[in-house]
Amino acid sequence: MAHAVTAHTGAHGGHGAGHGGGHHDDHHDQESMKQFGFWLFLITDVILFGTLFATFVVLRLNTDGGPTGAELIELNGIIISTFLLLTSSFTSGVAVLEMHKGNKRGLILWLAITALLGASFIYLEVTEFIHLVHEGANIGTSAYWSAFFTLVGTHGLHVSVGLVWMVALMLQISRRGITPVTKRKVNIISLYWHFLDVVWIFVFTIVYLMGVM
Amino acid sequence: MRPFIRMLTPVLFVLMALTLSGCGEQFIVLDPKGPIGESQKDLIYISTILCAIVIVPVLILTAVIVWRYRDKPGSKASYKPNWEHSTKLEITWWGIPIVIILILAIVTVRYTHMLEPSKALASDKKPITIQVTSMDWKWLFKYPEEGIATVNYIKIPEDVPVKFQLTSDTAMNSFWIPQLGGQLYSMSGMAMTLHLQADEQGSYFGSGANFNGRDFAQMTFTVDATSEEEYKSWIEEVKSTSPALTMEGYEKLTEPGSSEVMLFSSFPVGLFEKIVTQYINGDGGAHQQHGSEPASEDADTADSAAANDESGTDNNAHHHGGH
Amino acid sequence: MLDKIKEFASEFFVTGDPLILGAQVSIALSLVAIIFTLTFFKKWKWLWTEWLTSVDHKKIGIMYIIASILMLFRGGVDALLMRVQLAAPELEFLHPEHYNQIFTTHGVIMILFMAMPLMFGLFNIVVPLQIGARDVAFPFLNSLSFWMFFFGAMLFNVSFIIGGSPDAGWLAYPPLSELSGSPGLGQDFYIWGIQISGIGSLATGINFVVTILKMRAPGMKLMQMPMFVWSVLSSCITIMFAFPILTVTLFLLFLDRYLGAHFFTLDGGGNPMMYINLIWMWGHPEVYIVILPAFGIFSEVVSAFSKKKLFGYKSMVFALMSISFFSFFTWAHHFFTMGSGANVNAFFALTTMLIAIPTGVKVFNWLFTMYRGRIKFTTPMMWTVAFIPCFVVGGMTGVLLSVAPADFQFHNSYFLIAHFHQVLIGGVVFGYFAGLYYWWPKMFGFRLHEGLGKWAFWFWNIGFYVCFMPQYALGLMGMTRRVNEYDFDMGWQPLNVISTVGAFLMGLAFIFQVWQIAHSIKFYKKEKDGDAWDGRTLEWSIPSPAPLYNFARLPQVTHQDDWWEEKQRIAAGGAPKPLAPLEPIHMPKNSGIPFIMSVCWFTAGFGFVWDWKWMIVTGLAGVAVCMLARSFSYDTDYYIPVDEIERTEAALRGTK
Repeated sequence: MAHAVTAHTGAHGGHGAGHGGGHHDDHHDQESMKQFGFWLFLITDVILFGTLFATFVVLRLNTDGGPTGAELIELNGIIISTFLLLTSSFTSGVAVLEMHKGNKRGLILWLAITALLGASFIYLEVTEFIHLVHEGANIGTSAYWSAFFTLVGTHGLHVSVGLVWMVALMLQISRRGITPVTKRKVNIISLYWHFLDVVWIFVFTIVYLMGVM
Repeated sequence: MRPFIRMLTPVLFVLMALTLSGCGEQFIVLDPKGPIGESQKDLIYISTILCAIVIVPVLILTAVIVWRYRDKPGSKASYKPNWEHSTKLEITWWGIPIVIILILAIVTVRYTHMLEPSKALASDKKPITIQVTSMDWKWLFKYPEEGIATVNYIKIPEDVPVKFQLTSDTAMNSFWIPQLGGQLYSMSGMAMTLHLQADEQGSYFGSGANFNGRDFAQMTFTVDATSEEEYKSWIEEVKSTSPALTMEGYEKLTEPGSSEVMLFSSFPVGLFEKIVTQYINGDGGAHQQHGSEPASEDADTADSAAANDESGTDNNAHHHGGH
Repeated sequence: MLDKIKEFASEFFVTGDPLILGAQVSIALSLVAIIFTLTFFKKWKWLWTEWLTSVDHKKIGIMYIIASILMLFRGGVDALLMRVQLAAPELEFLHPEHYNQIFTTHGVIMILFMAMPLMFGLFNIVVPLQIGARDVAFPFLNSLSFWMFFFGAMLFNVSFIIGGSPDAGWLAYPPLSELSGSPGLGQDFYIWGIQISGIGSLATGINFVVTILKMRAPGMKLMQMPMFVWSVLSSCITIMFAFPILTVTLFLLFLDRYLGAHFFTLDGGGNPMMYINLIWMWGHPEVYIVILPAFGIFSEVVSAFSKKKLFGYKSMVFALMSISFFSFFTWAHHFFTMGSGANVNAFFALTTMLIAIPTGVKVFNWLFTMYRGRIKFTTPMMWTVAFIPCFVVGGMTGVLLSVAPADFQFHNSYFLIAHFHQVLIGGVVFGYFAGLYYWWPKMFGFRLHEGLGKWAFWFWNIGFYVCFMPQYALGLMGMTRRVNEYDFDMGWQPLNVISTVGAFLMGLAFIFQVWQIAHSIKFYKKEKDGDAWDGRTLEWSIPSPAPLYNFARLPQVTHQDDWWEEKQRIAAGGAPKPLAPLEPIHMPKNSGIPFIMSVCWFTAGFGFVWDWKWMIVTGLAGVAVCMLARSFSYDTDYYIPVDEIERTEAALRGTK
């Protein structure tokens, strides 16, 4: 499932093309340009998720006589993971506030909390998937489950990529402190994180609430 | 002079194609033998003329401008290097295409509804039904009312509307008899409806127009339109002289490969419905959202397809929801 | 052991066809020749430092163009093979399977690996120069885009000799493209080849939108941008919205084939028609993605060689943007015959016709740019003048196809084939050729031989009409696309023979072009002046080829066609703009990561095709390592000191 990695590549120019050394006038331009580029990347990611949502909606009734989502999905776990992800979005916001205060330790701490919440979210998602597979629903069971696993899984992969990226960023901040470059990187990842949160709200509503209730 | 000639080449070619089409019998699309094909031909001519109203002057204008304003010593043509805007002119050429497209749009919408393939043809004769299945790589035709089946061959009576029900056993294809009218996809898991009619006796070319694999090019067939008497005696002949199509025989047909013309005196009951529903497992079926005829509810006997008529006339609408 | 190797090789390599064997041998020979040459002349290091790791947009552009010309060759050979097969009824020149592979690869290669890279090549070379920038917004990403495209294209092409080519048509409709219909590996090569290069295209789209919106020279307002830049902007915005759909669609098809998912399968509740919708939701915008920049090129060329300002600038901008917008609402016109119902068909017929309006307006604007001008028939201008009637007629047949009920008779016939070749060759290819000829002196600092270029031009044009006009007629005679043979009594042969002759005329034209380039290199004459055509826009204000940093001083823009206005002002006795003092120029450092990362993607893709887990893991791990390595590297740029700029400029301008 190289897909989320794939999408991430698009982002790479947004955050990856680092900029070091000299303190020159065009520094600011460079960093703001990268943020702008990342916004554009998010637009393409919106289309990507939009297409997956459309696929899911088209296939939502095609269970081919097999199990339906309503039969197998346990909403309690999903509500917990929703809560975890929403909280992590808040903590990533706090991290940005700490960064603007110039508090390096606070920044790293709140990023770590965010990552931890994200990791728990992923843990719960993996557990849910394992549960579903045990119940007899995998990606090949029917079109419904193909669409379900692909949509939810793509979101999960995005979150996982974000986690690796966040850890890499924490290392960079601890080594280099809060510089225009690391600042921009933190801004971008928090943007990404909020974006994934919004996507999850749609997943939660369309896949779980509307699909299961 | 060269640019001139070159400008005119495409025009000449189009004119040539059009003139040829008038007399050449080979231009089967423009030589229809049925009401649907006839209307489609009219529509082709109407839209061509409408487009030509813009295109021909543009081509002439191009030739004139390119010739007149070519850079040659002592050119007397005016030269205004900074002339770059004229509201009047620009309104004109936004206006002309808008008007033409508007007219064409009205024509198109009318014809689209008029020629909707699932719409039954107005006729005082009772339509005959032919169930069409595209396979790898042959066409299976079944006459549910008569109880016979054929491969790669159709015979129909003239002046009688024919209701084709299309499906596919494997990959999608497209069922096309140019001289009777335009094509429609045959897709597995659904039965599409296409109404055609032959106004004249004759032998017409039919083909599978959508690529579906190795021997795709062999998926041609002949449609013979004959008098009603001849049609009836042919049915009787097939019934009395041809072998029956058994389930095993059908399984054999599904094996990939092209086929000669074959005739069968009968076919297994409900075979078409079985083909349509073969991929549907359980009740949350894949194809219900398509709104196409599931063809299974009332289709246990071969001749029940006629009963589908009431429910199935404008059922071709897919709902591509969510896109 | 030996048997095992033999067995593996016979599965690994495509065998059993003399044509393919010939290709394998010649590919092997040319590889050996290239490796030998590079080693003999000790050029490996040069290749690595100057090209493979370069983040310079001009070099990346040149690499795109070289790759696309190679692909044009392969796609063209495919086309000729098809035309030979069709020249006579019931011919046995190619096996049906082989024929199916060839039309599939012809389509994919011509659109995705010929037109797209040629377009990106021109974007890369021209856009920064036209907006007065020193590079694109994200040079590293730009390099990555190129290598992703390149290795994606290689992965696709390698299927010709290894594993087997795809044969389900260029858009690979399921269920034919599913495991049930195409059990071979060709379809997997298709998916991964396009997927990898598609990611590169998406990144390029983002890159150029940012470049154009954020990196214009001081003073250049949006409404003063050259029309080519506008066309690139509209094309790239379209890429941003269309390519994610392709990514998802191919990914879902991959899941079907690899993990047994049921998105588009016949069984399991899959919905093949959803694929057809999705692929055209990308596919239709895609054709506008490639044609819009061609419109931009024509606008530049027509204005430069009529010695006149572009007529109706605002109309043009509005037309470009509305085409790009409407291109997303016409996809279903590719399958009116699916039986979606009269209302759906009528809707998509109308949106399609709507696009004809802005397109038509552009034609009028080009005509009236020439009107009251002084038209010089240089090669770029000849392509432009030839384009107008060709595109007008092709556009007209397009409108005919958009009339839904009439399309029931045109669909999937040679009428359709003739139509889209007429707009794609007459529009896109003619446009890119015009661009290539127009900007060639800027890219390489020497001109192409005009005489040979004109020969090529005439062969292309005559060949084109001879090849495709009969195909309209064949469509009306009931000939459907993708048939590999036909019966004698259909009467299709005479026109097919004519069409084949035309195809070979175009083949000859290509040879003339190769000859033209070789000849011009052999009789290399350095351009004395950067302004090869007495041009109008900023790229002509700097030396050819442009120095690494493009502009020693960023231009201060006050007008549309700023360079032309400046020349006019000086000719009228005005003083040249005062020169600001030079400053150190901030430049990105070269990087090997894009190349290595793309190799890793190639590895992963190849692994997925063969389902070799170790290879997949290696490839994807390599991708991850490359991304992290980039994230951790902070030393990615440097400054060119003033004295070095002074020396470079003196050397460049000194030859004036």
